[in-house]
Amino acid sequence: MASTAITAGSEPVFHLEEEHAHAEGGSTMLGFWLYLMSDCLIFAMLFAAFGVLGGNYAAGPAPKDLFDLGLVAVNTTMLLLSSITYGFAMLTMDKGRVAATQGWLAVTMLFGLAFLSIELYEFAHMIHEGATPQRSAFLSSFFTLVGTHGLHVTFGIVWMVTLMVQVARHGLIEANRRRMMCLSMFWHFLDVVWIGVFTFVYLMGMLR
Amino acid sequence: MSAHDHADHDHTHGGAAHGSLKGYLIGFFLSVVLTAIPFWMVMTGAIDNKQATAIIVMAFAVVQIIVHMVFFLHMTPASEGGWSMLALIFTVILVVIVLSGSLWVMYHLNANMMPGLHEMREMP
Repeated sequence: MASTAITAGSEPVFHLEEEHAHAEGGSTMLGFWLYLMSDCLIFAMLFAAFGVLGGNYAAGPAPKDLFDLGLVAVNTTMLLLSSITYGFAMLTMDKGRVAATQGWLAVTMLFGLAFLSIELYEFAHMIHEGATPQRSAFLSSFFTLVGTHGLHVTFGIVWMVTLMVQVARHGLIEANRRRMMCLSMFWHFLDVVWIGVFTFVYLMGMLR
Repeated sequence: MSAHDHADHDHTHGGAAHGSLKGYLIGFFLSVVLTAIPFWMVMTGAIDNKQATAIIVMAFAVVQIIVHMVFFLHMTPASEGGWSMLALIFTVILVVIVLSGSLWVMYHLNANMMPGLHEMREMP
């Protein structure tokens, strides 16, 4: 940004030569990306804790006794499908088709809810078998890591519902498009974290 | 409506948003394959060697993360004038330090402090 010195009398006065207009929200994408990166660090800490504590069963159940890979595979499929349907929502948004966008958002939300239900079923099943977070360091770190991811998905769904209401009320206005793009990044980012979860927690757990 | 025009212009070169149907479908197909193979390997025990399986599974995860970054998150070196990529690289460096550092230090701590093993052997 250029500044010019104009000598008014004896005192030099500085002012910005041209303040070119920044569109509202022009830097939102970068800011949101930085938030995601900091979220990534939270998950890195939780992964590190799980990596260190994941083998401490305290004579309790081990991954092999608890995990059902078939269920995890179904869960992963749900999240993957929700990723592609969100992609379709973005594509229909680009074409300005409100109804189709809302439809794809609803489908994405259903896949997200399916993912959450399966995860909660898994947690309930584990807790029912006595594999509570208090049982061992492995289970504490497991529930913290996978639970934090599940909490993110939950908030993603809350956000999605809010956004659908917004789009229904105001249509695909600029602000809503921006929100759609932020949620898109959030949702795909959660999928990336899930890749780490199913690889390091479930698959590697079964290999231990 | 000049503000709107401006905003439209802004988010197209913002870069973090727009994909094509083809891009999404390629990304989806790749991630299905990259998910299915490691699950199949672990569930059937296709390779007898556990360590080899673990390394292959991790390699698949790394590739799949890159696929998601490119096809779903639309990361390019040019997004947001390079700042997204810079933040990503910085984060990846931190994540690698945190993960490898924690695992390395705690592994050695466990190996060296395990009660019984060394002491027992050195006892007369």
